Amino acid sequence: MAGGGGTGGGVSASTYAGLRYWLLLPSWLVLGFIVLAPVGVMLIYSFLTKEFRGGVIWEFTLDAYDQFFFDRGLFGDEPPKIEWTYILIFWRSIWQAGAATLLALVIGFPTAYFIATRPERVRPIWVFLITIPYWVNLLIRTVSMKFLLRDQGPLNDFLIWTGLIDTPIHVINTDVAVQIGLFYSYLPFMVLPIYAAVERYDFALSEAAADLYATKWVALRRVLLPSVRPGVIAGCILVYVPSLGAFLAPDLLGGAKNFMIGSLIEEQFKGNAGNWPFGAAASMILLTMVMIILLLFARQQARAEREG
Amino acid sequence: MQDNATYAVDIRSAVKRFGSFTALDRVSLSIRDNEFFTLLGPSGCGKTTLLRLIAGFEDVTEGEILLFGEEIETLPPHQRPVNTVFQNYALFPKMTVEENVMFGVEMRGARRSEARRRAGEMLELVRLERFAGRRPAQLSGGQQQRVALARALAPQPKVLLLDEPLSALDLKLRKAMQMELKSIQRETGITFIFVTHDQEEALTMSDRIAVMSEGRVQQMGEAREIYERPHNMFVADFIGDTNLLDVTVDRIEDGRAICHIGGGHVLTCDAVDGIGAGAQVHMSIRPERLVLSDEALGAESLAGTVVDNVFIGTDIQSMIQLENGPRFAVRTSNSDRGARRIFAPGAQAFVNAEPGAARLLID
Amino acid sequence: MAAGRNDIRTYRGFGTVTYLCLFILYAPLIVVAVYSFNASRSITIWEGVSLAWYRDVFTGPESAKFKQAAINSFSIAAIAATLSTMIALSAATALVRGGRFGLRTLSFGLISLPLMVPEIVTAVATLIFFSAIGFTRGYLTILAAHIAFCIPFAYMPISARMQGIEESYEQAAMDLYATRGQAFRRVLLPMMMPGIVSGFLLAFIISLDDFIITNFVKGAGVETLPTAIFGAVKQGIRPNIMAISTMLLAVSILMVTISYFVSKSDDAR
Repeated sequence: MAGGGGTGGGVSASTYAGLRYWLLLPSWLVLGFIVLAPVGVMLIYSFLTKEFRGGVIWEFTLDAYDQFFFDRGLFGDEPPKIEWTYILIFWRSIWQAGAATLLALVIGFPTAYFIATRPERVRPIWVFLITIPYWVNLLIRTVSMKFLLRDQGPLNDFLIWTGLIDTPIHVINTDVAVQIGLFYSYLPFMVLPIYAAVERYDFALSEAAADLYATKWVALRRVLLPSVRPGVIAGCILVYVPSLGAFLAPDLLGGAKNFMIGSLIEEQFKGNAGNWPFGAAASMILLTMVMIILLLFARQQARAEREG
Repeated sequence: MQDNATYAVDIRSAVKRFGSFTALDRVSLSIRDNEFFTLLGPSGCGKTTLLRLIAGFEDVTEGEILLFGEEIETLPPHQRPVNTVFQNYALFPKMTVEENVMFGVEMRGARRSEARRRAGEMLELVRLERFAGRRPAQLSGGQQQRVALARALAPQPKVLLLDEPLSALDLKLRKAMQMELKSIQRETGITFIFVTHDQEEALTMSDRIAVMSEGRVQQMGEAREIYERPHNMFVADFIGDTNLLDVTVDRIEDGRAICHIGGGHVLTCDAVDGIGAGAQVHMSIRPERLVLSDEALGAESLAGTVVDNVFIGTDIQSMIQLENGPRFAVRTSNSDRGARRIFAPGAQAFVNAEPGAARLLID
Repeated sequence: MAAGRNDIRTYRGFGTVTYLCLFILYAPLIVVAVYSFNASRSITIWEGVSLAWYRDVFTGPESAKFKQAAINSFSIAAIAATLSTMIALSAATALVRGGRFGLRTLSFGLISLPLMVPEIVTAVATLIFFSAIGFTRGYLTILAAHIAFCIPFAYMPISARMQGIEESYEQAAMDLYATRGQAFRRVLLPMMMPGIVSGFLLAFIISLDDFIITNFVKGAGVETLPTAIFGAVKQGIRPNIMAISTMLLAVSILMVTISYFVSKSDDAR
C-alpha cells in the first residue's frame, strides 16, 4: 500500500525507518494516556463500590453489573429478579439506532448512487456538499432540528399554511423525533462509503446484465448491489455505531421519557446523584457491543476483499 | 590485472535479499573510469536494485561496493559522491528549475552564488537556460528529463547513475536523447551507469554492457561482443533476433564442433569449453548472417524450401524450411537486393552460414 | 452527459431523493440562520430582519459568559489542533515512511481508536481517569482530551498526502547530499503542506465543535461555546442562541471550505 520501492523488489518506503519509534512516541504517549489507559481504568472502576457523592471506594464488587441486570428489592435482600429497566433502555437504543440506520440507507443509497454517476469533474463538489453538514457542530445541528420540528416550529407552520394539516403534528419528545435526529446526525456517513463503492463499480457489468435481458432494477439488485455491498455495510455501521451511544439527539429531541444509553451513562456522572461504577459498567457494556459489531464488520470486509 | 583504485565502481559478490526473495545473487562487476556502462535486462532482473545499492537507497545483504577503491556500502546516500537520474525524474515540484539544479551543489556546502553559477553552466549544457525560473510541471517530458540530468551532474559526481531515464519519452525524443546523453558523457568524462530493458538502446550507447537476468550477470562485455558472441541461451534470445536450434554435438575436431541439427543436416562451428561430443545443446545463428543461394555453395549449404517472405523495413526476412529439419529465418538487406536474390515462396533455396555465425550456447 | 431513457446507469427517482437529501441536510441550518435575523423576541413570530440578536450576543447580559466561552473554545482549538497536527505528522512519517515493522498495525489501531470507541465512552473514561490520578478538571483537562481525539482527524489527510508522494523525491534529495533532516524540511514538507493545512483545519473544527467529551471533563466554571449553548438551550431556544449558533456554523463552513480548496489546489502541481 504505502509507496513502493521501484522495480527492485517491492519494499515499502523506509526513509525514516531508523527513527520510526521516536516518531511514534508522541502519539503513543498522548493516545495511551488519554484514551487507552482511561478505558482500562474505567474497566477497573466498573468493579468498584460506589461513593454516594460521586466517585468510588476502592473495594472490589460486582454490584454495578448486578444492578444492571438484577433487581433485589429496595434493600437488596429479596431474591433476584431480572431488572428490565436498563435492559429496556439498551433495547430501545438498539432499536432506535436501527430505525435511524434504515432511514439513512433509504435516503443515502440513492443519493450516493446518483452522485457516483455524475460526470467525474462535478462529483467532488457533490461529495463536498454532502460532507459540509458533518463538519458543522452536532449540537447546533440537533438544536436546529429541535427548532424546526417544534409544535409551533417552521415545519408545522409551513404544513398548516399549505393546508395539508389543520393542527400541528406533535413530533418533539417522541421516538420518531429521536430517529429523525439520529438519522440527520449521521446521514453523511451513510452516503460516503456507498459513493466510494459505486464509483469503483464497473458499469460494464450492468450493461452485460442488460444485454442478457435483465431489467434495470433486476440488474441493480442482482449485479450492482452484491458488488457494492461492502460499502453499504460500512455505511450502515458508520451510522449505527455512533447512534447507539448518542447523547444529544435523545436528550434534546427525545425528552425525559425516551432515554437511551447515552443519557443513562451521562446521568451517572452528573452532579452528586450519580453512580460512577454503574456508569462505568454501562459504558463497558456499550463498548463491548460496539467492539463486537466492529469485529464482525472487519471480518466481513476481509472476506469481501478475499472474494474480490 | 588492473589496480583496484582505477575502477570507478567495483562490486564484489553483492547479495541483496528482500525477505525470502533474492534480488541479487553474488553479483561481481568492475566498472572502469570514464566508461558508459549499461545494466541491461528484463524487468525484475535486479538491475535497478543494483543501481540502488550503488546509490545507497538499499543496503547490501552481503558483499562489498567500492568507489575508486574506497568501501562505500555502509555510507548513507548523502555521503556518496554519486548522483542519480531517476526514472520518474523526481524533480522537486515546489522549486524552480534553477533551484532544483542548485540543490545538490548547495547541500555540498557551496555558497549560493557559486551554486547559481554552476546551475547556469549545467542548464546551458542541457540547453535549458531559458527555463531556469519555471516550475518542473511547466516543462515537457523531454525538458524535465534534461533538468534531471543537469541536477544530477551539477555537484560533479564521480559516477552518474541513470535509472531507465528515457523510458517515459516517445521514440523520436528517445533517439535524440540517446545521442545527447552519449555526447554529454564524453564531454564531462564522468562514468555513467545506465539501466535499461531496451537492448537497442544499450547497444547504441554503451561502451560495455552487463546483461542481467534473475539477479545474476549473464554476460559482460562490449556491445559487439555480446551481440555476436552470446554465451548462453538467455543472452542470445534477449539481445536481437536469432535462430535457436536444438543440436547434438557429433564430435570435436581441431577446435571445431561438428553438430547435427536434425533431418540429417550438419553445421560446424567453434568448439566451446565444457561442451563435448554427444552433448545436446542449443546453437544460435543471427538471421542477417545467413545467405540464400540457388545452388549449394559448399559442404554445409542446407537445402530447403522458402515458406514466406516478410517485409520489415530495411530488411526482408525469409522463412526457409529444411527437409525434415529446422526452420530458419534469413534476413536480406533491402539495399543489396541487386546483389542477392529474393526467392519466391515455394522456391528451392540453400541456406549458408557466414564463417563464425553459428555459436554454441551453454545451457 | 447523456442521460437517455435507456441509460443503464440512471434510475428514476434517485435524483429526486438526492435533492431531498440535500434539503434535509441543509434546511434546519438555513432555518436557524434565517431566524437568527428575526427582530422579534419570540422565536415563533417573524417580525422582520434585524441584527438585534447579534448585538445581544456581544453586548447583552450574557455577553461576558459567551465571550469567555469563545476565548476558551478558540484557544483550546488552536492549541489542540497545532499539537495534534504535529503528533499526527510525526506518526504519519513513521507509519508511511518507516518501512514494515511489527508495531505498525498496532500503532495505526491506536491512532484510529478515538474514531472507534463511542464518544460517550471516551468521555466517561477520560473523566474517570483524570479523577483517579487526582487531576483537577478544568481548562487543561479539556485541552488534553481534545489533543488526543483530534489526532486521527489530523492524521487522515496528512497520511493520505504522504502516501501520494513517491519516496524518490526524498531519495533524490539525499542523493544530492541532503541529510535526512534536510530532505524532510526542504523537499517533503513543502510537498506535504496541503495535507498538513487540511489536517490542522479539520482538527480545529473537531475541537471547536466537540460537546460530549468537553461536557464530561470540563469541571465547574469552565465553559466552551458548545457547553454554553447546551446549557442555554436547556432553558429553551432563545434568539441569541440562534445568532451565536449561526456564527459558529459560519466559522465551521468557512474552515471546511478552505480545507477543501487547499487540498484541491494541489492538483495544479
